[in-house]
Amino acid sequence: MSDFFTAAILTATVASGIQLAAPFLLASLGETIGQRSGVLNLGVDGIMLLGAFTAYYVALETGNTPLAVLSALAVGLACGIATAFISVTLRAEQGISGIGVYLFALGLTSLLFLKLVGTPTPIDQPPKIEPPFLSDLPWIGQLFEQNVLVYAAFALVPVVAFVLNRTTFGLNVRAVGENPAAADSLGVSVARTRYATVAFGSTLGGLAGATLLFDVGIFQQNITNAEGFIAVALVYFGGWRPVGVMLGSLLYGLTQATVLSWKGLGIIPVSLSDLASAAPAVITVLALLTVARRFRQPAALALPYTRGG
Amino acid sequence: MTRSEASPGPGSAPSGAQRPWLDLRRVGLSSLALPGSAVAALLVGAVMLLMLGTNPLTGYRALLDGAFGSSYALSATAVKAVPLLLVGVGICIAFRANVFNIGGEGQIAMGALFATAAALALPGLPAILMIPATLLAGAIGGGIWGAIPGAFKGYFGVNEILSTIMLNLVAVQVMNYLLAGPMHDSTAESVGGLIPQTRLLPESSWLPILKDGTQLHLGVLIAVLSAVGVYVLLWRTGFGFRIRAVGLSRDAARYAGMAVPRTTMLALTLSGALCGMAGSMLVFGSISHRMVTDGSLTGFTGSAGFNGIVVALFGGLNPLWTILSSFIFAGLLVGGDAMQVATGVPSDLIVALNGLVVVFVVSVAFLRHRPGWEEPTSEGDADSLTERVEQNVPSVGPA
Repeated sequence: MSDFFTAAILTATVASGIQLAAPFLLASLGETIGQRSGVLNLGVDGIMLLGAFTAYYVALETGNTPLAVLSALAVGLACGIATAFISVTLRAEQGISGIGVYLFALGLTSLLFLKLVGTPTPIDQPPKIEPPFLSDLPWIGQLFEQNVLVYAAFALVPVVAFVLNRTTFGLNVRAVGENPAAADSLGVSVARTRYATVAFGSTLGGLAGATLLFDVGIFQQNITNAEGFIAVALVYFGGWRPVGVMLGSLLYGLTQATVLSWKGLGIIPVSLSDLASAAPAVITVLALLTVARRFRQPAALALPYTRGG
Repeated sequence: MTRSEASPGPGSAPSGAQRPWLDLRRVGLSSLALPGSAVAALLVGAVMLLMLGTNPLTGYRALLDGAFGSSYALSATAVKAVPLLLVGVGICIAFRANVFNIGGEGQIAMGALFATAAALALPGLPAILMIPATLLAGAIGGGIWGAIPGAFKGYFGVNEILSTIMLNLVAVQVMNYLLAGPMHDSTAESVGGLIPQTRLLPESSWLPILKDGTQLHLGVLIAVLSAVGVYVLLWRTGFGFRIRAVGLSRDAARYAGMAVPRTTMLALTLSGALCGMAGSMLVFGSISHRMVTDGSLTGFTGSAGFNGIVVALFGGLNPLWTILSSFIFAGLLVGGDAMQVATGVPSDLIVALNGLVVVFVVSVAFLRHRPGWEEPTSEGDADSLTERVEQNVPSVGPA
């Protein structure tokens, strides 16, 4: 155990925790915006899978990392428009249609991977940024050596918080999520607002998939291992607030990194390592049972809106 | 505070304020929606086959032959349907109580682990005792994994979609731990003990083959009987009435004096128990007669926990129609493998199509919300609730 409490190991663990948290943060920030407008997008894991595969395929074929990320964003956007159409226009039951989207994406990405990618080879990972001053700091300098996607994920937290809390659009989003009939009567288009939030949220889901892919370095079938659903749980955990969601993602990522580090150091015996890998999920369940119950969800969450209905 | 227990009291809540997430009227149980959704999904599949350079007719022909074309194919399909049917029937119970059970995958794994442990612990039992014992152990394992989110939901208002999904992630690690550790077969027979699997299970635990030369085993019979049993439970017992009443309106059910939290918990427990039985069938009806993991839940369950949702929805959340629907979807899965052999198109296509069926089934429900379409109105009072629950008795099939 004393091996763990050395500066080098601690900073390495925290740095890897921040990196592991980034995909969850992106996905759950996107999910937060959608849920604040009243749409539950349970297909986010599927959207991450599609984003990850697209990024992998484009990176493999062109070797162009920025293009790969852009393609993942485009696929996320397309999924978002489809999801909004299903949830908002067709008013489908969101808890179930999301599972359908997930299964579709799971099957499609496996199918395309087997058909299009002959021999899977690792792709180039985006370089780590070393900010001139911060990365020279003693002890914690290493924490700032992250790739641009990780930076983007954390930079989006204040942006999303600002948009939600300080702009007219954010006010509309919250109004539509709390009382769509009232918002509608004041001339706010419920459908347009929800389309916008779900499209933006799913775009972040696609980016989350790309971020996960570049962490792993190679695509594999079911690369998310259903952990994309964690993003939905983190929204509840964070009380539908961007900063809370960030703290939840960090807790999840740091727990994962700590378990990995303890496995490496032999603090957790090999025979128990599988069991220890369940720790992040167990902590999330316990959090749902305690902390998360203090927050109230958007009143119109997962309820399709019908004018006059 | 979450949505469930916050209402100030019956009558005072405005209509719609406590609307359940799963409004059965919105799930699209109309008779045209189901075949229409399947046809639409198959058409999308045909386009995908074309894009992959395969003639869709050849592909679907191979699929049909592989699923239903011979008595051997039919028996393989029937065996494949067993876990789908048990999970699907479990999903019927949960969804009828307006509880989303997305945790079928984990409940299957926990049921299988309990059942396998029972068989390993009691190797001397004769088959007549062994098979009921393993089934019971499976039901207990899955039941526990359903009771946890059920209690969280019923008593603490924790969203069950999230907790069941989280418990899937826990179950997979428990499975990997047990099969590589305490339950691991380290004998030379299993490739030097490298594969995380149990030793060969006692022969008395194997599900007896009903017809020589096929895979048709006793599990098929057990699954069908379970479906009939759940139908009777849901529509012919007081407990089933309470489950459906809670599913239609928690407020009205509470006002009528029903124990809503306990009913919620029991519904999810029972749902998990059926998934657990599916898990034990997967082990004792397997060809290897061992429990094996490749490290993922899907590797063990074949996604039966998710496909069971498709099957239940397609069966109109009615256990009897779920029998038929499980056979159809099992045919798709078995036929998908045959299609892969014949055309080289990976059988993952079927997983994607299953997802599309789900999306279509719940999407076409909007047709029922056309202007002028009459809908039941009052949400809150006990009298109309009773009426609605009674009306919900299906005569033969989805209304």
